[in-house]
Amino acid sequence: MLVGSGDAVAAGPAPSSPVSLTVNGRPRTVTVDNRTSLLDLLREHFGLTGSKKGCNAGACGACTVLVDGRRVNSCLTLAVRLEGAEVTTIEGLADGDQLHPLQQAFIDEDAFQCGYCTPGQIVSGVGCIREGHTGSPEEIREWMSGNICRCGCYVKIVRAVQQTAGRK
Amino acid sequence: MHPFSYTRVSDTGEALDAGHRGGRYIAGGTTLVDLMRETVERPEVLVDISGLPLDEVTVTERGGLRIGALVTMAEAAAHPKVRTLYPIISQALELSASAQLRNMATIGGNVMQRTRCTYFRDVTADCNKRASGSGCAAREGFNRTHAILGASDHCVATHPSDVAVAFAALDARVRLTGPDGERQVPFADFLLRPGNTPQREQSLRKGELITAVEIPAHPRPLTSGYLKVRDRQSYEFALTSAAIALHIRGGVIREAKVAAGGVGTVPWKLPAVERHLVGERPSAPLWAAAAERAAVGARPLKHNRFKVELLKRTVERQLRIVGGTK
Repeated sequence: MLVGSGDAVAAGPAPSSPVSLTVNGRPRTVTVDNRTSLLDLLREHFGLTGSKKGCNAGACGACTVLVDGRRVNSCLTLAVRLEGAEVTTIEGLADGDQLHPLQQAFIDEDAFQCGYCTPGQIVSGVGCIREGHTGSPEEIREWMSGNICRCGCYVKIVRAVQQTAGRK
Repeated sequence: MHPFSYTRVSDTGEALDAGHRGGRYIAGGTTLVDLMRETVERPEVLVDISGLPLDEVTVTERGGLRIGALVTMAEAAAHPKVRTLYPIISQALELSASAQLRNMATIGGNVMQRTRCTYFRDVTADCNKRASGSGCAAREGFNRTHAILGASDHCVATHPSDVAVAFAALDARVRLTGPDGERQVPFADFLLRPGNTPQREQSLRKGELITAVEIPAHPRPLTSGYLKVRDRQSYEFALTSAAIALHIRGGVIREAKVAAGGVGTVPWKLPAVERHLVGERPSAPLWAAAAERAAVGARPLKHNRFKVELLKRTVERQLRIVGGTK
């Protein structure tokens, strides 16, 4: 499979490279236009549209995924650099029909309105809990500040992260 | 984004070869990829150095600290040696960017990051840093966040890093390797003021690679801290900031290391403040008098006059916090 970058292509074929990575436990090998972001690879070519494109500049956090267990902005990650990497997206958090505890907490706490930032919030929250930065609402707010919510659901987002961390 | 070819290197020699042939090094990529998308950066060849063995934090023989260029901001901030020996570095790092970006961005890349000047990032605007000789739209434009210190007629953009301010205060050195071997450059000489050549931002030779940032040993006890003032509480660049380290023994300040961020075209050392502190006993009037010297030489622009007073107050407040006198 040859994967384009979504950019206007200049004259002639743009340089591309093969890359093998694992996405939500499934091994994938693709040839990507070098300019392709991980976010575009996920959304446009793997059909994993849970990760959202907000700013496409690393400023909003809607595209947050885990790479080798660490939360990153997939919009600023070049797919070509991910040889051997393990990527987890929002689609990979649930265990079959069993939602991830943080996904369930977002529902229980009513921690979203429009939902656009929610996949990024949840994946980032999973990272935040793993990193152990959930000691207080203040700490959660600081360590979740890379995820913007235009609906302003912060109070409930913080509550969902705090409750999930407390259940661990 | 312009097309580019991509190569991954596994040792420093390979990297230097590729760099010498004009390849552009990429580590965390958080600045570079962003600016490539805006076509501000248009490298033809990206050299991925993330596999190089430059990812360790070590204590030097003399008790200083060496942070490998590829240590991520998150790893450096969390490292026990950094937290114990130079907590000011952890503090500056954790007040920077977001958790996601700190997981990606590296120490070497942090120092190399480019300005957040909106005119630099907008390819339709005049910018001498991006397009030499085109002019500076910021000088007469919306320049609220721009520099009050170290600017020239050609450029008024600030250096955006927080940790670089701590590095400057602590007299860090940048370790480099290149085609002609290894060398060290004092941090204060590594980042360049714009002068007549704002497009030239570091004293790097062609193909040179940062291998580490090294902080020399400082006399102990050392109390230190980083204060950042910004438009929102988190995930924002500094309007002003102050990195301060004090060595106080027998009730007297023996050494003072002070630098400011958000105000200069490079991390701004404040030697006049340092001189006023050394040999004195901590007191509220001392902090005020020293901080009064923080903005020496400031030349504010139309929209950033507030930074002159804000800088003095930032330094005074941080002296009070670090120095421990109310």
